[in-house]
Amino acid sequence: MNVLAIDTSNQVLGVAASKAGVIQAEQIINIKRNHSIGLMPAIEHVLKESNMEVNQLDRIAVAKGPGSYTGVRIGLATAKTMAWSLDIPIVAVSSLELLAHNTREKELAISPFFDARRGLVYTGLYQLQSDGMHVLQPDQNIDMKQWLEQLKEEQRPVLFLSQDLAIHEDSIHHVLGELAMAAPSIDHLPRPGILALLGGQSEETEVHALTPNYIRLVEAEANWLKEQKQHGSN
Amino acid sequence: MSEYILGIETSCDETAAAIVKDGRDIVANVVASQIDSHRRFGGVVPEIASRHHVEQITVVLEETFQQAGITIEDIDAIAVTEGPGLVGALLVGVNAAKGLAFAHHKPLIGVHHIAGHIYANRLEKEFRFPLLALVVSGGHTELILMREHGDFDIIGETRDDAAGEAYDKVARTLSLPYPGGPQIDQLATEGEANIDFPRAWLEEDSFDFSFSGLKSAVINTLHNAKQKGQTLESKDVAASFQASVVEVLTEKTFKAATQYQVKQVIVAGGVAANKGLRQSMIAKFKQAPAIDLLFPPLSLCTDNAAMIAAAGSIAYQQGHRAGLDLNANPSFSLERYAKRP
Ligand SMILES: [Zn+2]
Repeated sequence: MNVLAIDTSNQVLGVAASKAGVIQAEQIINIKRNHSIGLMPAIEHVLKESNMEVNQLDRIAVAKGPGSYTGVRIGLATAKTMAWSLDIPIVAVSSLELLAHNTREKELAISPFFDARRGLVYTGLYQLQSDGMHVLQPDQNIDMKQWLEQLKEEQRPVLFLSQDLAIHEDSIHHVLGELAMAAPSIDHLPRPGILALLGGQSEETEVHALTPNYIRLVEAEANWLKEQKQHGSN
Repeated sequence: MSEYILGIETSCDETAAAIVKDGRDIVANVVASQIDSHRRFGGVVPEIASRHHVEQITVVLEETFQQAGITIEDIDAIAVTEGPGLVGALLVGVNAAKGLAFAHHKPLIGVHHIAGHIYANRLEKEFRFPLLALVVSGGHTELILMREHGDFDIIGETRDDAAGEAYDKVARTLSLPYPGGPQIDQLATEGEANIDFPRAWLEEDSFDFSFSGLKSAVINTLHNAKQKGQTLESKDVAASFQASVVEVLTEKTFKAATQYQVKQVIVAGGVAANKGLRQSMIAKFKQAPAIDLLFPPLSLCTDNAAMIAAAGSIAYQQGHRAGLDLNANPSFSLERYAKRP
């Protein structure tokens, strides 16, 4: 199975191709750039280096967020139209789950996260078991201090994976102390190659129905819903 | 052999795709409007628009090909709105277009949204140059002179608000539902233009426009009447406001048309659907029967992708090609588009 993987959901621009469960080529740009400019040339490059024609693709895997709204949409707009027009399945993977796969530590609680400004993060709680990755807590948008307090109650070691670790390092150690585990720095970078491999195994999604996982409502919509509720209760 | 161009348009709140044959015949034209989602906010919320586009894009493309009864392999080139517009919204169309172009080895063409509005008219009637286009919409009020295909010379533009913007703001002041433009147009037919609102003619030789003074005058008049305990009829305010906008648009367009001795005058953009503007233009241009006055059909006045495919056809013929690094260009100028390599 030939899989093309696309991740533009956060700072990393990641594109990879895999063949029969083996990564053929992987391109990672970990500099804040414009994904809209870089994505398609990266796809062209990775396929060329993999000796793969676009019509030989069997699947497209895409990171569906959470992350940058615009970034996620660039990835999804590209992946959806390619999959639809080539008439091949599309597989969408949580951007946080993808990051969680960077560690091979079994039976350990893993908290991958992306900074979401103003003290907030996108995170979830994962655990790798012999039969694959398990979701202990779904992806969410939460105040980091609140998240850490929740984790502390469970009194178990947690491994944090994030390129934004430095922003939250102090509060992590302050709240969790010895329970907080640090992964080697290489493990904090989301890998499109892993996305390609996951794409080969995971269940496909209906292409028209595939939407980004923003987690957050649009602010205007959230305010509107709040107003409706207030009117309703009066 | 016929030429088939696929057009994609996502610059604001319509997700649209279309296929146009030989630059002039609509084979398929699909528009998914989001107007119901934005109505409750009284205007387009960019993030909501972008979210809808990514949900709709493949659905709209599929419907387009079903309507056309051809496949993507029959397409000669893919044309997409590059700008101007809402950046997050444009990005969905641009990246979808790039995905299609790369997956099927098709040429990719970036199109200027306003060039699209002008070329909507070529789906009705062949152009004759020199040609003058009045583009009026929520974001634009421009007089554009075309000496040949693909040539766009802006001879007049708004110095503040676009005409459509003034319509929306006045509509809001009158508490009319969104979108306000058509509401005012409708009300104006029932009212009487009995309030003397200002006309911004600017300098004698200028083809520029200004609508912010008019907008303020309407708001002040309503405010003052309220303070004096008087009530003004909304329909009369609408009729008086519309009379001012339409008179300035008509007179300036007519003056430019005669000065540049054009063969055709095209009215394009969302406000081209305005009945008051149509009537006024038709009446005025009776004075110059040699000039061919064109309005796009109502369905092609608002944003659609057939107009992008029509403009894309000319760009394709003229050899313009975009690379796979094509980006959304939210403040794309028409002059830069005309001068692109
Ligand atoms: Zn428009």
